[in-house]
Amino acid sequence: MSVTANELLAVMGARELRDNTTVFTGVGAPMMASVLAQRTHAPRLTMMVEGGVIGPMWKPGELPVSTNEMRAAYRAQMLPGISDAFLLAQRGFFDVGFIGGAQIDQHGNLNTSAIGGYARPKVRLPGSGGANDIISLCREVLILTVHEKRRFTERVDFVTSPGYLDGGDSRRRHGLLFGGVSRVITTLGVFGFEATSRKMQLLALHPGATLEQVRENTGFEMLVSPTLTTTTPPTADELSILRMLDPKRQFIG
Amino acid sequence: MTVTPHEYDFHTARLRLEAKVKSAGPKLGTLEDAVARIKDGDHLALGGCLYSRTPLALVWALLRRRPRGLSFSRNLMCYEGEWGLVAGAVDKLVTSWMGIGLPWGLSRIQREFVESGRVTFEEWSHLGLGLRYRAAAMGVPFLPSLTMLGSDLMGVGGSKTVECPYTGRTLHAVPALFPDVALLHVQRADRLGNCQIDGYPHMDVDIAHAASTVLVTAEEIVSEDEIRLHPDRTVIPGFVVDALAHVPYGSYPHECYGTYDSEPDHFTAYVDAIHQRGAAGVVDYLERYVYAPRSHADYLALFGDERMTDAAGRARMLTT
Repeated sequence: MSVTANELLAVMGARELRDNTTVFTGVGAPMMASVLAQRTHAPRLTMMVEGGVIGPMWKPGELPVSTNEMRAAYRAQMLPGISDAFLLAQRGFFDVGFIGGAQIDQHGNLNTSAIGGYARPKVRLPGSGGANDIISLCREVLILTVHEKRRFTERVDFVTSPGYLDGGDSRRRHGLLFGGVSRVITTLGVFGFEATSRKMQLLALHPGATLEQVRENTGFEMLVSPTLTTTTPPTADELSILRMLDPKRQFIG
Repeated sequence: MTVTPHEYDFHTARLRLEAKVKSAGPKLGTLEDAVARIKDGDHLALGGCLYSRTPLALVWALLRRRPRGLSFSRNLMCYEGEWGLVAGAVDKLVTSWMGIGLPWGLSRIQREFVESGRVTFEEWSHLGLGLRYRAAAMGVPFLPSLTMLGSDLMGVGGSKTVECPYTGRTLHAVPALFPDVALLHVQRADRLGNCQIDGYPHMDVDIAHAASTVLVTAEEIVSEDEIRLHPDRTVIPGFVVDALAHVPYGSYPHECYGTYDSEPDHFTAYVDAIHQRGAAGVVDYLERYVYAPRSHADYLALFGDERMTDAAGRARMLTT
């Protein structure tokens, strides 16, 4: 059975989540990943979404398209105000946060603001939303993204959401004492960050993906782990849960 | 650097509030009376979030007055921001994100106005903007936070850092935002302006406390006794509110939690017109939906009872 890009991202994202933890999640692949984890190995995972929703039980076939509509609040345990939701993250209650981005660089910085100069950009993008808060305030962050050369750039045009900034200890030096990007999960593989330089490093390739393919689709010099592995393909169980949640294939594609 | 001293001057904001009449008397009037309090050049903070509990009726009535030089701030800006730009009413937008949602793609209007330098677009993180309202609601000029540090967003509005006087750590001193006027839509209020909100609180309470003038529309006007039976549900006290109007479907075709669902097909038609004709699509939309109807009821009639009843049914299904 063929696997779509979003199904692959959701499955690989889900596998990074642990039981008895909390996740700050968003609509699309992060939402699918979080629910999949909850329905497989992490039943005691609590989800938060940025519209101000704690512990929803989303209705299959009625998944939310925004983080603050009624569908996102379906059977929630609590609806806090938006600032209070983010302040729980600032306090340290969120183990993991999920975000994506139009541009990502070798230090895991993300740009969702503007391509080209910021004042008079070539393409104005929607903006941070909660992405900057999630990457600044959660204990660790997982980035889910399609792997394309135009996205994987040496230096983002604008740092909307800070990864490891200029690498090394620069994130900490700017006052971000906590957090950081732990994994970048793409349609080609799974990446971490080398401990000293904080440069992106390929840890595992998805089945069928090659090192050459990763290099061709990455606009910077990619470190490769000496213990490079291959991920386990999505199982029939994982895929059937995703397809049950999204029968109209609105999110899984 | 686009934050102005007027926005964080807590001292002057406090004096404005001290001078304001804080009455326990009736606030109920017409939608037109409410928006007549808005002056050209005002900073308006809009409640709700994206297409949820947007004070669309207030924006509708406001734009009919052909205002100029306004600033709109909102945590996630939906198409009311596009209306303000295309109507020539707004020249500064303060938000963390603009668009309708992922299925509708980038906002062509945001792109056109920002890329050509025709609007001051001030971007914050979602919490960053929330803390601006929170600081103002608390009556202080800034709040220390760990968010936005190290990012290029710090330079957009002109954010400063502060060294913690106790720990020596670097913190983001998020500047307060005291709006001139708050525009809010709630599920219910009594005629004295005591407001109750169901479902998502969003940032409405902070915005109400932060603003100098507070304008509210309510789906339902209930008796004073009903408010007193459930005072724990009241989130904005009557003395905070300056003007209140009874406007059923006051967020429509955006959603109002538990009362009616949004109309995604309507959004799609709106966006399709922009894809075909650019800003002219919004000009036509405003003509048909904002300027032509003589009353808000006439505006709703363009959607029709059947559609509105169906939206109410969906909301019940999603919240019960």
